[in-house]
Amino acid sequence: MKFIQNIGLILVVAGLVIFTAVPFLGTWQLESAQVEAATKDMHREVMVDLLAPMYGQSYGSPFAFIGDLNGYMEAHNDSLKAEEKWDQVIWDDYAFPLTKTASQGPVPAYPLLFLALSVGLTVLGGLLYILPLHRNETAGIKNDGIYFSSMKARGWLGMVTGTYLILFYVILYWYPEYLSNSVILVDPISQALSGGPASQWFLYGLVYTLAILVMGIRMFRKYRGNNYQTIRTVSVMFFQLAFAFLIPEILVLFNMPWHDFKNIWPLDYTFFYEYRIDGMVNSGALGMFMLVWGILLIVIGVPVITYFYGKRWYCSWVCGCGGLAETLGDPYRQLSDKSLKSWQIERYLVHGVLALAVIVTGVTLLNYFMKFGLLGQATDQLHSLYGFAIGSAFAGVIGTGFYPFMGNRVWCRFGCPLAAYLGLVQRFKSRFRITTNGGQCISCGNCSTYCEMGIDVRWYAQRGQNIVRSSCVGCGVCSAVCPRGVLKLENGEESGRINDLPIIIGNDSINLNT
Amino acid sequence: MSEKSNHIVIIGNGISGVTCARNVRKKDREVPITLISAETEHFFSRTALMYIYMGHMKYEHTKPYADDFWEKNAIQLKSGWVSRVDFDNRLLHFQKGEELRYGTLILATGSKPNKFGWPGQDLEGVQGLYSYQDLLSMEKHTPSITRAVIVGGGLIGVEMAEMFSSRKIPVTFLVREKRFWDNILPDEEAELVGRHIREHGVDLRMETELTAILDDGAGKVKAVETSSGEQIPCEFVGLTAGVSPNIAIFTDSELATNRGILVDERFRTNLPDVYAIGDCAEFKTPPGPDRKNIEQVWYTGRMHGETLAHNLTSKNPVSYKPGIWFNSAKFFDIEYQTYGHVPARRRDGEWSFYWEDASGKIALRLLFSKADQLLGVNAFGWRMRHAFFDQAIRKGWPADKVVSRLDRANFNPEFYRDLQTEFIQAYNRETGKSLPLPKRSLIQRLIGTRA
Repeated sequence: MKFIQNIGLILVVAGLVIFTAVPFLGTWQLESAQVEAATKDMHREVMVDLLAPMYGQSYGSPFAFIGDLNGYMEAHNDSLKAEEKWDQVIWDDYAFPLTKTASQGPVPAYPLLFLALSVGLTVLGGLLYILPLHRNETAGIKNDGIYFSSMKARGWLGMVTGTYLILFYVILYWYPEYLSNSVILVDPISQALSGGPASQWFLYGLVYTLAILVMGIRMFRKYRGNNYQTIRTVSVMFFQLAFAFLIPEILVLFNMPWHDFKNIWPLDYTFFYEYRIDGMVNSGALGMFMLVWGILLIVIGVPVITYFYGKRWYCSWVCGCGGLAETLGDPYRQLSDKSLKSWQIERYLVHGVLALAVIVTGVTLLNYFMKFGLLGQATDQLHSLYGFAIGSAFAGVIGTGFYPFMGNRVWCRFGCPLAAYLGLVQRFKSRFRITTNGGQCISCGNCSTYCEMGIDVRWYAQRGQNIVRSSCVGCGVCSAVCPRGVLKLENGEESGRINDLPIIIGNDSINLNT
Repeated sequence: MSEKSNHIVIIGNGISGVTCARNVRKKDREVPITLISAETEHFFSRTALMYIYMGHMKYEHTKPYADDFWEKNAIQLKSGWVSRVDFDNRLLHFQKGEELRYGTLILATGSKPNKFGWPGQDLEGVQGLYSYQDLLSMEKHTPSITRAVIVGGGLIGVEMAEMFSSRKIPVTFLVREKRFWDNILPDEEAELVGRHIREHGVDLRMETELTAILDDGAGKVKAVETSSGEQIPCEFVGLTAGVSPNIAIFTDSELATNRGILVDERFRTNLPDVYAIGDCAEFKTPPGPDRKNIEQVWYTGRMHGETLAHNLTSKNPVSYKPGIWFNSAKFFDIEYQTYGHVPARRRDGEWSFYWEDASGKIALRLLFSKADQLLGVNAFGWRMRHAFFDQAIRKGWPADKVVSRLDRANFNPEFYRDLQTEFIQAYNRETGKSLPLPKRSLIQRLIGTRA
């Protein structure tokens, strides 16, 4: 079995190496017909002329090609800006579609072969490694050696992994033209699902979904015997595959707006942006349903379901960010900071982002209903600012790239405005709590160590106090790793949920409120 | 209490000493408190030592309070070994020559592993597991060894076996008794634990005693010899045949000691303003029926500290009165909880109902008195609610009542198998009764209400 697992690891590394090499394979050559096809009517004539020096020229690397392309575009725009001809400046980003269409060589010739060699090998290798995990072992806690692991305890492997993830996100969000070959790999799948070519977001969605599925299977192995973990993992796998990946693509096939029915504002911060609202309003009955369903989730779904089950119903059962954190991120859950200081930062930051999201959305809606009389197009600036700082940098680069550095819930804990909203409900009006079991705690620290949200669970457990914290996503791992059966996630009567003056059972000499 | 002269000095920063210091500070913001330890600078959870060795945690994770907690609470930390106490002049002498004056002295010096005079017991690579230094010593002596032998079948022995198996080090486990821990556990439970230890690949030898530990010629262990005459080659021997109070520095002083430091029901020793709590204290009379003179578990140490802190800060001192006994442990993957008293051998008139599931890893024993009152519970692989059994035992609930309300005692995570139904079915079968099976409506199940 060890042999098969080692083969698996080799395949994962090989797949990742090929995946990393794909963007640089082949040559890039642009023709005027391609520019005509890839540009909007208003820019076509200018663009065809502008890029004329590139036609017929064969570039050996994407850097040279993109360098020239951007050079011509910038020179053009700079001179227009100098003349203050703002309306003629080309604001659209044509680098990605042009680089994609100009790509020649093995990748566009055999996209599925390269897909199999990169993503396919990684998935296959991952499964070969994961499926034999913990074979012939009894069901139980499988945390042996985590703090000796270079990958899981901030060793060099973890550093390399984190750096790779961060680079991937930076390129994905701000330099997608360099991923154009990678996107070509998944074009056939996109064509099959939605009938259109793939964007970098389709590639990202596919890789993201595969990560949740493969690492979800790892969760089944690791937490075998723990039904809560198993069922919860099935749930995040299902919601990612169906709601975040397949259904939106199928909607596009039927000329509907791409829509993830389980994504909720303000995590889905574009929900009330005019292009989304217009898209939904103009898509018939289903479009109206999207709008109404989305609003119902915000005003009724979140408070009511959170009242009954705590925020876990979303954060560790449904959410896509949570889904990735609970599967791909599980090996890093122990790296979250448990200090009081980080709790203070967390409260300012996460509620600050919520306030920001509410303001941005409020201004946008007001502007929308005032027929843009309030701020004109200025909300666009606001949107791109929020999208850059929160949507991309915080949620993506830091949120996932920092898994190996700061644990798997950096975004959920410090940045997610929906988590803040769910958390307020959970803290002040909910039946959910983690019950502590009388006097059984031995302060060992496993619960705090493995809390991905950085809650010092032991602080409560050792004084016999129920854990009612707005940040708790109810992953249930504290309860799983407790060696004394002290912690139980429960939905129950509100009375007695918050016991600020707990009494530890066992000492009849005195009634002591620790 | 608050005069500056009454400096409270606590020797030992384990759970007893620390709990006492914390609770005194809560009531009295002024009195100077000093915690002395030579083991570690800060309080850590002794029970978590095994997890450091297994790579589940690092040392810093085992500290229940942040490092700035002590300064915030004005609890002075003093590092050093106390070599002698001058009780007449209320003066502590440290190994390094320093001195410290006290007004009130609290001895919370804990335990040390038992050694029964085995030949070779002081060789290199032979040790117990109690202190942080013991852990460091294990780390030092166990890399690249081919076998470890553990002597003495108690809870620390199982922990050590689990530690070694986490590093794939073969283990031979010598246990004097016929069944594992059968001086505490009834036969069925002892069998269950023994089976599970073997399932983890441990070479468990029952009714086997250590006769000698053999020297490799360089002062290190090379093998052990057992009562069956066998020699087992090994490079490490873990001595886990219990612990005894760590009172060496007091045995030649005017402090009255027996096995431990003798105290009354308020933890007072024979000397004024000198108290002893935790593992090192020995009650002159046991604090309750079924309680021992020396209490050596985490929870009792905590309760000693709480009670003494109350007495030191209150005008109405109380006697230590522990409630219903409870304890817990984990045998590899199987959690064990006990409430009340379930002795290994049933006493006259008592009857018990024992149920074990088909896997042989989940079990529950309920013990009742002649008058059908609940006396105690042993639960394996089934988490139980402390508050439920504390009440049920205190009030002496009859069997039918306990059994039919087990769903309220269940503390297993959500979506776990419905064990109470299986238990009630077995109970009905065996007793010929027909207690109704727990029924929860769809609504109750959906919103998770217990009522």
